[in-house]
Amino acid sequence: MDVIREIEKEQMKDNIPNFSPGDTVRVHVKVVEGNRERIQTFEGTVISRKGSEAKETFTVRRVSYGIGTERTFPVHSPKVEKIEIVKRGKVRRAKLYYLRKLKGKAARIKERR
Amino acid sequence: MEKAILGKKIGMTQIFDDKGNVIPVTVIKAGPCTVVQKKDEQKDGYKALQVGFEEQKERRVNKPKMGHFKKAETSPKKYVKEVPLKNVEEFEVGQEIKADIFSEGDIVDIKGTSKGKGFAGSIKRHGQSRGPMTHGSHHHRGPGALGAVDASRVFKGRALPGRMGADKVTVQNLKVVKIYPDKDIILIKGAVPGPRGTTLLIQEAIKKKIG
Repeated sequence: MDVIREIEKEQMKDNIPNFSPGDTVRVHVKVVEGNRERIQTFEGTVISRKGSEAKETFTVRRVSYGIGTERTFPVHSPKVEKIEIVKRGKVRRAKLYYLRKLKGKAARIKERR
Repeated sequence: MEKAILGKKIGMTQIFDDKGNVIPVTVIKAGPCTVVQKKDEQKDGYKALQVGFEEQKERRVNKPKMGHFKKAETSPKKYVKEVPLKNVEEFEVGQEIKADIFSEGDIVDIKGTSKGKGFAGSIKRHGQSRGPMTHGSHHHRGPGALGAVDASRVFKGRALPGRMGADKVTVQNLKVVKIYPDKDIILIKGAVPGPRGTTLLIQEAIKKKIG
């Protein structure tokens, strides 16, 4: 198992900010169009973080024009350029899947200070 | 086939390729293997290489086997296997085969023993479908009818429950993703047969993919 640990260590980034479910983040994603590369941002609420070490992923949910969109990114993916924390949220659960059923005022998260 | 090595499955993980895509990989500790004997056409009637993998304590090896290792002037090995290579002449008895015989991007076949499933029903073992579990049905997961009445017997090859798994399985055309020569580690894309810790034979693919 130690060998797997070592291989995963190589894949891991060390500049990951400390974020958790409930936080609002802005994810900078590299997008390749033809032979040009640009950065796209995706802003929303982190509703889950799962997996461990290099296999860890996080899901960001945003509601735009009444349509909920979720994207899941590997935390250590080279495609994820930067994770910017916009707001810290106060939540009592590790997985915020209940937000999918809520909309408008009810889907707000209290800010943590 | 000109390259082969024995290895041990360590487990699975994932790595990112240069484009940032996630690739599922199996981690295999491959080699170092030692050539214990060369089989040749004149003496044995066929060409093959007998290779040993992993050290074994001397007191666990019986005398005839110990004599065989002494003849090759190697330490006793836990696993000894014959591999039918074309280029047997290029090897010498006592020579070490290491993971670096393969390189990144190579296509390989992997042989191993699959996980044992025990006594399995015909749904799991042969992919049959089940009947309704409710609504008065008594036909749940059974194998169904076994044949016609006038045959008065069951034909051979009939899909029935029985021991499943623990078979010799070959997975063809797997890609070598990465190699750590100093650690004797090979990363293979995708899954390979068997549980963690199983011995595997990694060899050059016999049906190479075109392009």
